[in-house]
Amino acid sequence: MSMQLHDFENSFQQKVDAEIKIEPKDWMPEAYRKTLIRQISQHAHSEIVGMLPEGNWISRAPSLKRKAILISKVQDEAGHGLYLYSSCETLGITREETINDLNSGKAKYSSIFNYPTLTWADMGAIGWLVDGAAILNQVMLCRTSYGPYARAMVRICKEESFHQRQGFDILLTLSRGTDAQKAMCQDAINRWWWPSLMMFGPKDSESTNTDQSMKWKIKRKTNDELRQQFIDMCAEQVKILNMHLPDKDLKWNTETQHYDFGEIDWSEFWNVVKGNGPCNKQRLEARRKAHEEGEWVREAAAAYAEKRKSRASAGNLEAA
Amino acid sequence: MPITNSEFPITNSQLLITNQLINYTLHLADNTLILAQQNSEWCGHGPILEQDIAITNISLDLLGQARNFYQYAAELINQSTSQPINLLTSQPATEDTLAYLRDNREFRNCLLVEQENGDWAKTILRQFVFSNYQYLLYEKMQDSKDEALRAIAEKALKEVIYHLKWSSEWVIRLGDGTEESNQRINKAVIELWPYVDELFINAAYESALISNNISVDVASLKNLWMQKTKEIFAEATLGIPENIFAHKGGKQGMHTERLGYILAEMQFLQRAYPNSVW
Ligand SMILES: [Fe+2]
Ligand SMILES: [Fe+2]
Repeated sequence: MSMQLHDFENSFQQKVDAEIKIEPKDWMPEAYRKTLIRQISQHAHSEIVGMLPEGNWISRAPSLKRKAILISKVQDEAGHGLYLYSSCETLGITREETINDLNSGKAKYSSIFNYPTLTWADMGAIGWLVDGAAILNQVMLCRTSYGPYARAMVRICKEESFHQRQGFDILLTLSRGTDAQKAMCQDAINRWWWPSLMMFGPKDSESTNTDQSMKWKIKRKTNDELRQQFIDMCAEQVKILNMHLPDKDLKWNTETQHYDFGEIDWSEFWNVVKGNGPCNKQRLEARRKAHEEGEWVREAAAAYAEKRKSRASAGNLEAA
Repeated sequence: MPITNSEFPITNSQLLITNQLINYTLHLADNTLILAQQNSEWCGHGPILEQDIAITNISLDLLGQARNFYQYAAELINQSTSQPINLLTSQPATEDTLAYLRDNREFRNCLLVEQENGDWAKTILRQFVFSNYQYLLYEKMQDSKDEALRAIAEKALKEVIYHLKWSSEWVIRLGDGTEESNQRINKAVIELWPYVDELFINAAYESALISNNISVDVASLKNLWMQKTKEIFAEATLGIPENIFAHKGGKQGMHTERLGYILAEMQFLQRAYPNSVW
């Protein structure tokens, strides 16, 4: 390593340690840039793919008010995708390239969206648990070391708390409803609980990227810390619903002042990551289909913009 | 419960007007709800992320308008002694009973809005045809003697101005874009044109309310609508079809087969779990 590179790396780390945000034009280690591109694009894809399971119930929302709330919630996620694709672009990768990586299957997105939404209660469980888990991660990322990513997160977090509230409200209404609605509510919690815990990623002892990401302050809390925080929160909130979390080992531990919880089925997690979740195929196909069927629209828009430009410059020539 | 203060005895003609006003308001509500429902299918599947957001926004605006109209219709129904609508329950009408518990033959939306989304060109053209009409409709409705309709139209007009601008731009972009986009939007014109005329033929409930300045005489909007359409189509290098057979009946509750499926999907939960709060 040359002296110069070493100096750059030192001053980069000093900045990070001093909580000075790294900006697009600043020097950064190539590995830092790559890690960020991977993480931000995965995050962006998760917002976009995440529109699908909930979009699945827009047409069947049970009241006009719920329909309006769900549409604007799913639309928010599209907006989050936009912010994140833009912050990814500041690292030198275009939105097109990033989206191509998703469609080709090269890039990953959060595995949670490979689970199906089977009943209306799933809209509640997703808002409460999935958005709830995402918020903990995103609140942490508001302080991430890369400026554009941190700023995107601040905007996103403002909208996310509404997502979690509307989800909890759906469940609360169901939990006070008919027997069929109560059963629907519990069933959704049963199905979404464990996958939500997996959203925080592998255990710290198994996680390959954690140390470096913590040092660069891309991440500021470990997977296990965030997961514990989430469990402690949900274990209390579920009481308001008069429902239970599907974990017989869930118990308050007076010593640790946290909830103990049961073993997570990591083989399921890795299976879904590898593409064997219940909806991996459908989700990716839906994204590809939208992209392919949109091709002629994007071409038309580009062709028209081009025509307008050349007409305008021809007009300028005439005027001159 | 009487529709007017008790010191005024209800006359038959007042009742008649109320019934027509209920029908008229439901027609306005159904138009916007069905189009909102259809547009929302693009959410998560749009050709460009920004446009996914735009069409979803339009869906949300239309849904908001539908809710305002349904809420007003429910108010009128609950105040009225006669019940022109077959409600499944004896519960008071609400925006949701009206949207979720009426069947196919009771919906009064025009056939245009229940035409399938098709490709982006067809969705765009449907929106342009409708927004162009709705703009003129709401503009005139601001002179309505009915205060509630006037207020809804006033608020909605701002939204529709944007819908019309957005859809006009897309009609031009597709018409004057590539050969393929031009072909596609031309095809959409051929497919949707049979459903244009219905917008401008007054249904009985519209005609009945024109003389007291409650409803808008939709026949009077046609020329202005055509003028705007010609202007946009010229820029889009599109022709306007002539001598196309016009389908109608939606406004009277005679729909295409598709509406049954739209309602089956939309109303599923309310039908499967009756008397539940959501
Ligand atoms: Fe989000
Ligand atoms: Fe969210």
